[in-house]
Amino acid sequence: MAPAIELIGITKRFPGVIANDNINLTVEEGEVHAICGENGAGKSTLMKILYGMQPADEGVMKVFGEEVTFGSPNDAIDRGIGMVHQHLMLADQMSVIENVILGSEPTKGGGIIDFDAAKAHLAEVGSAYGLTVDPDDMIDTLEIGERQRVEIIKVLYRGAKVLILDEPTAVLVPQEVEELFNNLRELKADGATIIFIDHKLQEVLEISDSITVIRRGKTIATVKASDVTAGDLAELMVGEELPSPATGDSTVTTDVALEVNGLTVLDDDERAVVDDVSLKVHRGEILGIAGIEGNGQSELINAIVGTWSANSGNVRMAGKDITTASVRDRREAGLGYVPQDRHREGLLLDAPLWENAALGHQTGAPYSKGFWIDRASSRDHTGTIRSEFDVRSPNVDVSARALSGGNQQKLIIGREMTAHPDVLIAAHPTRGIDVGAQADVWNQIRAARAEGLATLLISADLDELIGLSDTIVVMYHGKLVATLDPSEIDPRTLGSYMTGAALSDASATDPGPSELSGDPS
Amino acid sequence: MTNPLLRRIGLALAAPVLAAVFALVISALVLELSGSDSIDTFRTIGSNGLKLETFVDTLNRATPLFLAGVAAAIGFRMNLFNIGVEGQYILAGFAAAVVGAELNAYALPGFVHTAAIIGTAMLVGAAWAGLSGLLKVTRGINEVISTIMLNFIATGGIVAALLPKVITDPTAANQGTDEIAERAWLPELNGLLEIVTREIGKGRRLTGVFLIAVIVGVIYHVVVNRTVFGYDLRSSGMNPFAAFAGGVPPKKMVFLAMVLSGLVAGLVGMPEILSENHAYDQGFIQGLGFGGIAIALLGRNSALGMTFAALLFGFLDSSSAVLQVQASASAEIVKIMQATFLLAAVVAYEFVSRIRQRDEVARASVATDVAVDSAAIGGASA
Ligand SMILES: Nc1ncnc2c1ncn2[C@@H]1O[C@H](COP(=O)(O)OP(=O)(O)OP(=O)(O)O)[C@@H](O)[C@H]1O
Ligand SMILES: [Mg+2]
Repeated sequence: MAPAIELIGITKRFPGVIANDNINLTVEEGEVHAICGENGAGKSTLMKILYGMQPADEGVMKVFGEEVTFGSPNDAIDRGIGMVHQHLMLADQMSVIENVILGSEPTKGGGIIDFDAAKAHLAEVGSAYGLTVDPDDMIDTLEIGERQRVEIIKVLYRGAKVLILDEPTAVLVPQEVEELFNNLRELKADGATIIFIDHKLQEVLEISDSITVIRRGKTIATVKASDVTAGDLAELMVGEELPSPATGDSTVTTDVALEVNGLTVLDDDERAVVDDVSLKVHRGEILGIAGIEGNGQSELINAIVGTWSANSGNVRMAGKDITTASVRDRREAGLGYVPQDRHREGLLLDAPLWENAALGHQTGAPYSKGFWIDRASSRDHTGTIRSEFDVRSPNVDVSARALSGGNQQKLIIGREMTAHPDVLIAAHPTRGIDVGAQADVWNQIRAARAEGLATLLISADLDELIGLSDTIVVMYHGKLVATLDPSEIDPRTLGSYMTGAALSDASATDPGPSELSGDPS
Repeated sequence: MTNPLLRRIGLALAAPVLAAVFALVISALVLELSGSDSIDTFRTIGSNGLKLETFVDTLNRATPLFLAGVAAAIGFRMNLFNIGVEGQYILAGFAAAVVGAELNAYALPGFVHTAAIIGTAMLVGAAWAGLSGLLKVTRGINEVISTIMLNFIATGGIVAALLPKVITDPTAANQGTDEIAERAWLPELNGLLEIVTREIGKGRRLTGVFLIAVIVGVIYHVVVNRTVFGYDLRSSGMNPFAAFAGGVPPKKMVFLAMVLSGLVAGLVGMPEILSENHAYDQGFIQGLGFGGIAIALLGRNSALGMTFAALLFGFLDSSSAVLQVQASASAEIVKIMQATFLLAAVVAYEFVSRIRQRDEVARASVATDVAVDSAAIGGASA
């Protein structure tokens, strides 16, 4: 039987880089095939070529044995190929159902969209794979994990037999990953073929049958998942051992750098999404917030950063009340911010790297002098970020769009860390960053912590959360419900706190939401 | 192999030249179809274009077009579609003419009188545009809708209602505001041109507003590209969420961009008020606001691009007047040329940017082959 996908000699060049260099890939029907490789190795590019989004410069593609050329994703969809992108691509101002049918709207005749038929089909697809979404929700009200579910359903809705998932787990907490994997197994049992990109090697080993490693645009090896360990994979990818985050000696001081008191944030329906939250982060401390997306973490950080206003309570930085201060005032006062969605809140995709480095820091050195943007020193400084944080790009004048996802993330980390903030709000700081570079980011945060940086860390990666944090608080339904010592907890237990399962036992020791301090006890 | 620098310059010029050729071909077709002699028409336009007087006329026509282009471009940079430049400059021109005439009665130095007129125009333009900005940030009303409505209110409502009230001599040929005293007129700039040319004839006078337009163009360029404010403006236009997280207040920027756009829009009518009619009358020039949108699109919001675009459109407008006089072809052919030029330019820009990208890729592959090869050797052994 012909393999589901066969890519032969695929080459793709971009200005300054060869993203794919004579890549060969064979994916058998009905298998889960993982693709691993460093940031910028060319994984997403290869998948976009297979999905008809970008033409290859050279090479041949075969789908179920037949040679194909795709002019657009529609051609790929016609051949049964569907893709969920690394950066979600949904229309914010539309409902779930509108997004799902976008581009393939069923009509009743007369060109009128048949929403009932669409919803019925959606429900069918959803229940077949155990994926639930509310078709009438607006996309911009959904959490990132829910948005991803919509993307997957959208692909299934079109009857994809070959499913490409580009870093689907980056935005998910372990329970959600487990759920996704169950969905994938079900899909596979139904005969679907899945191509899967992921930087977390344990996950790769768990879900995939075969693994292809790409390095600097070339295929290095294809192996059976059962034949390798995570260490082998890491070595194939970057030639290094697997790093693990560990905080080392405590550097926590008694100076409170960031203080949140009784903060409540209401959503549009007047529901408290952040409910009477109080916390303290000291100089030299990393306070981790654990929680499944949608439990109020994003609203909490938005209220701290100032992009969303709190309904009651207050926020203090170094003792100064900043509850009503503008975002700019807060940032100038030394608040660093790594947003959870880099494309939405972190980057100007069509601007050059040096302008992206300036974002959030444009009012001061090295990016400006008084009223004037200082181009020379901005570019100079961006060059420093580029080399110190290993942002792989031809120069500082290419647009942010030309960077791979992980390299975009490194640029954001670099711009925030080199601004030497007093307080850092870091949401998923290593999201999409490969295992090698991840260790570098952890080291950077640790070094800054030793010098007094106070960090509020949100992460879906529980190893990261446990390894980096001095203290972990659990956020559930808008409340802080538990304070945990990371040295005494493992990901499993933490996971059960996050889903609320452990709360009934924990309530005995719960110090109550009013005075949760970041002090390590 | 061609010289890469020459090729780059060639590519930069390719889009406008391609568009021009296309526009000429379409216009020729239309001319022939409508029974005119296209060669003859183009010859008329061409020979007329070589005259010094035409050049002055072109500059005069380009001046308000350029100002309107800058006004539109300020909005475009923020992804704001200020359709209201039209209403803003007409209302501003009217208010400035009224204030200018009122001030005749006071003993003022000329430059104070002039400054009061210009200031009034800018403030009224800013206020009218600011109203749309305010509606957008407080009520979430789309600026396209509000500016279109405000255009109607300004031209069809306010000006139409108030103009009769300020006419003092109902028997005059031109029904409008009283003429502004001569001390407030802007000096003509013929002397400036005549340093390098012969004397300008036919009573053509280069408007003093030309100099204002040059200054506005320079300020626009510097502010947008070199200042923190310009950075804020552009970043909000590119990604308002990221800009906000980076400390740029979105509502304030929307409001400011509209106000600044209106401030410049207010200047669009100044050649009429300060150089030509010295009054607002029923013949006050219309349509420059929409012309400005075309200029901003054609010039891609850059000061230099808009300069060329305004000169081109100004020249074509000037030719249209000549064609009318000579009656060799319908003057409307100029509108067709302008429109096809605009359309063709958009297509040509896209085309050239593709070629440019391909060029870069070709260059890149030469440069990176070596590096990637050596990396791959290391990789293959792993
Ligand atoms: N549109 C583009 N223009 C220019 N260069 C690009 C473009 N897209 C990708 N590249 C470059 O191609 C290379 C491969 O990028 P790609 O996105 O495929 O990497 P990736 O393996 O998916 O990395 P990551 O793990 O960080 O997502 C990178 O060097 C990137 O900078
Ligand atoms: Mg990628």
